[in-house]
Amino acid sequence: MHDMPAHVKIVATFAFVLVVVLTPRTAFLAFAWYAALLAVVAVRARVRPATIARRAVVEVPFVVFAALLPFVALGERVEVAGLSLSRDGLLAGWNIVVKGTLGVVASILLAATTDSRALLVGVQRLRCPPQLVEIMAFMLRYAGVVTDDMRRMRIARESRGFTAGHLGHVRVVAQSAGALFIRSFERGERVYVAMVSRGYTGRLPLVDDGAVPAGAWLSAAMLPGLALVGGVLAWWLAS
Amino acid sequence: MTSQEVAAELRPSPPTPPSLEVRDLAYAYPDGRQALFGVDLTVQRGERVAMLGANGAGKTTLVLHLNGILTAGHGTVRVAGLEVAKPHLPEIRRRVGLVFQDPDDQLFMPTVRDDVAFGPMNLGLRGAELDARVEAALAAVAMGEHADRAPHHLSFGQRRRVAMAGVLAMQPEVLVLDEPTSNLDPVARRELAEILQSLAVTVLLVTHDLPFALQLCERCVVLSDGVVVRDGPTGEVLADVEWLRRHRLELPFGFAPPADG
Amino acid sequence: MDSSVVTVVGPLPALHVPDGFLNAPVSAATAMIAAAAVLVALRKARGELDERTAPLAGLTAAFVFAVQMLNFPVGVGTSGHLMGGTLAAVLVGPWTAVLVLTVVLTVQALVFADGGLTALGTNILLLGIVTVLVGWLVTRMLQRMLPQRPTSVVPASFVGAWLSVVAAAGVFVVLYLLGGAVQLPLGALLGSMLGWHALIGLGEGVITAAVVAAVVASRPDLVYAVRGLRPALQLRDADGVLHPASPQDAVAAPAPHQRSSTRLVAVGAALALLLAGVVSFVASGNPDGLEYVAGQQGFLGSARDHLFGQQPLADYGEVGSIPVGLAGLLGVIVTALVGWLVFRWYARRRPEPVNDDVNASV
Repeated sequence: MHDMPAHVKIVATFAFVLVVVLTPRTAFLAFAWYAALLAVVAVRARVRPATIARRAVVEVPFVVFAALLPFVALGERVEVAGLSLSRDGLLAGWNIVVKGTLGVVASILLAATTDSRALLVGVQRLRCPPQLVEIMAFMLRYAGVVTDDMRRMRIARESRGFTAGHLGHVRVVAQSAGALFIRSFERGERVYVAMVSRGYTGRLPLVDDGAVPAGAWLSAAMLPGLALVGGVLAWWLAS
Repeated sequence: MTSQEVAAELRPSPPTPPSLEVRDLAYAYPDGRQALFGVDLTVQRGERVAMLGANGAGKTTLVLHLNGILTAGHGTVRVAGLEVAKPHLPEIRRRVGLVFQDPDDQLFMPTVRDDVAFGPMNLGLRGAELDARVEAALAAVAMGEHADRAPHHLSFGQRRRVAMAGVLAMQPEVLVLDEPTSNLDPVARRELAEILQSLAVTVLLVTHDLPFALQLCERCVVLSDGVVVRDGPTGEVLADVEWLRRHRLELPFGFAPPADG
Repeated sequence: MDSSVVTVVGPLPALHVPDGFLNAPVSAATAMIAAAAVLVALRKARGELDERTAPLAGLTAAFVFAVQMLNFPVGVGTSGHLMGGTLAAVLVGPWTAVLVLTVVLTVQALVFADGGLTALGTNILLLGIVTVLVGWLVTRMLQRMLPQRPTSVVPASFVGAWLSVVAAAGVFVVLYLLGGAVQLPLGALLGSMLGWHALIGLGEGVITAAVVAAVVASRPDLVYAVRGLRPALQLRDADGVLHPASPQDAVAAPAPHQRSSTRLVAVGAALALLLAGVVSFVASGNPDGLEYVAGQQGFLGSARDHLFGQQPLADYGEVGSIPVGLAGLLGVIVTALVGWLVFRWYARRRPEPVNDDVNASV
């Protein structure tokens, strides 16, 4: 999985998520099937559950939102454990949680098996406008540098006794952020000079190996393909 | 003595044109501040010349004129006989290899191989020829086995070397290095010296590291307030401690240049 | 007012929508709108940064990515974080900002699973286009009304950033109405979303203005929004007397203090009233044309006793005990008050002639 060309993986992941999103929320079996498929992929790609769990924290706000829906939504009510909840709200909450989570896990698996260079080549292969690919290349290359700068500024601030938490701190942090922008922008100018010094004429040449291994598309298509089959089956069984 | 006479003195003029020929160069920044007040400099092919000077003397400004990043307000710059002017810029940029002080500014591609290939690719090389050029450049700086790594996984010294490889891959006429030893530990510094000594290309070394300049360059040029104030054998210049101090240059504590100057 | 418990869902930021949150037709529609806008931005961005666009926009994207980690508390256990749309627009120009935010969001979705792959279009629309457009337009409009000096961009970007957040929340509500998983009472939802995001927007406004101020103070040439606003050059003659460098500069005096300030307050007040009016109208009545919601009101009316009678909901009830319409109104009034104070402070410390600008920027 780690060696599969990125653009193939991106398309497969997107197709899989599309199948998930289009599945009616009442086809409960289908979602179990999707989860099982992802588990298989995770095992084959040797991605540890801890990694997935750690990165899945991003979806907490929407899980909270989904959890509240049964209480605030309109529609007919049902009794659940002594609480009067909206039936539509329960289904909607479930819808959000299950589809959002499956989407997040699929994205995590994609990210965990793709390094940034491969990602750029993949995005380029998918006919993303070249200027966007270039901007993305620079962002990926320098995101670490800029966040390091920010971290070092925070350490320098705290080493001089600064503690966050009061309103005045906004101004200090903002001034650091302003300095960070200036440094980042000036670095961008120096990068441009370095590029021009080596003959840059407008296009960033990202060497693309070209060859997509024969079975790649086929094995990649298995994920969305199996999902689709299982989903249709589950839906048909349920109805 | 003029710069040309000094150069001729130290090295008999070969039939090839000088690698660098700067005549009466003056320049002022857009905000009005004038940085160069008439610089004369000639560097013959194969020479290794150190450019010394306090901060603010104009060294980096001068260097940026050598490959046309800045355009002279007055005076001319020639690289191996070709004038630095708009129509010649692509060729000038092949001939002048500028290695900047911060390798992170220079290593902007996702992997080492991509970065070293950047220059030659812009020159039109592809396929086997490109690969060979990249391999040769990485071998020259002893970074061959790191070709597929990402820049942020390398140590600072390694990134410096890759930056140099990226420039060497263009087979330049002259290599211009801006503070190449800053932030290097002693081992990396020695390795850099060995690499530079093994190269056959003309070298212009802008540096504060006086011992390094002494070790590598037989000639040094001192810039002060936007003009060249001294141009002579490195040992001789560095032995004149009083003169150095007047121009805000000092040898490191405890360092004495070898007696034969 | 019905279901003030909806207040609690308000602060959940209208950002980084996950897969499946909005239905397929809405997701697809937003993706197409976003794609069209991005293509336009690609063409126009060249004019803002010329051939240096790629490295500069890339570094700006890295910067936006880094500062989005700046959190600020907004009420009970909730925190907002910087969106950065207005900040990017003020610093590098609106079209480049669209590209910058697009790249940031795409990387977040592909590398950090932050935002669903199928929801990328929605996220780009909300966070990369609506925020940038509204923030930029408002900032420029205010800049034109304020004295023509680089530092005027600071209060202008405060309001621009604030309104951009509110606007994004508004568009989010519209999208939710069209394709959300379940219908929530419209009035309550709108009021709650706008009210909370008026507060979150304050944080965005403060941080944006502060960062812009810091950059303008040392490198105004790096702030796109103040191009062409450098103070007039002056010449000093032998006696030390300052003269404008050219005859035109003598005429370019700043607009009279009083008039521009009054106009601004009037506009600000009008905006605040408009917002309050919209919120209270929507919060109080049944919107026409949404039969579904109107139908639900009947259900909800009878269900209300259940809702407030239940034990766990009493907690929610306390948090959301302020009726929604009032919450939104309060939010707007607080913001207007803060904005007025900011302007007063700013106007008071404004020095008299152009001379000071020259000295300050040198």
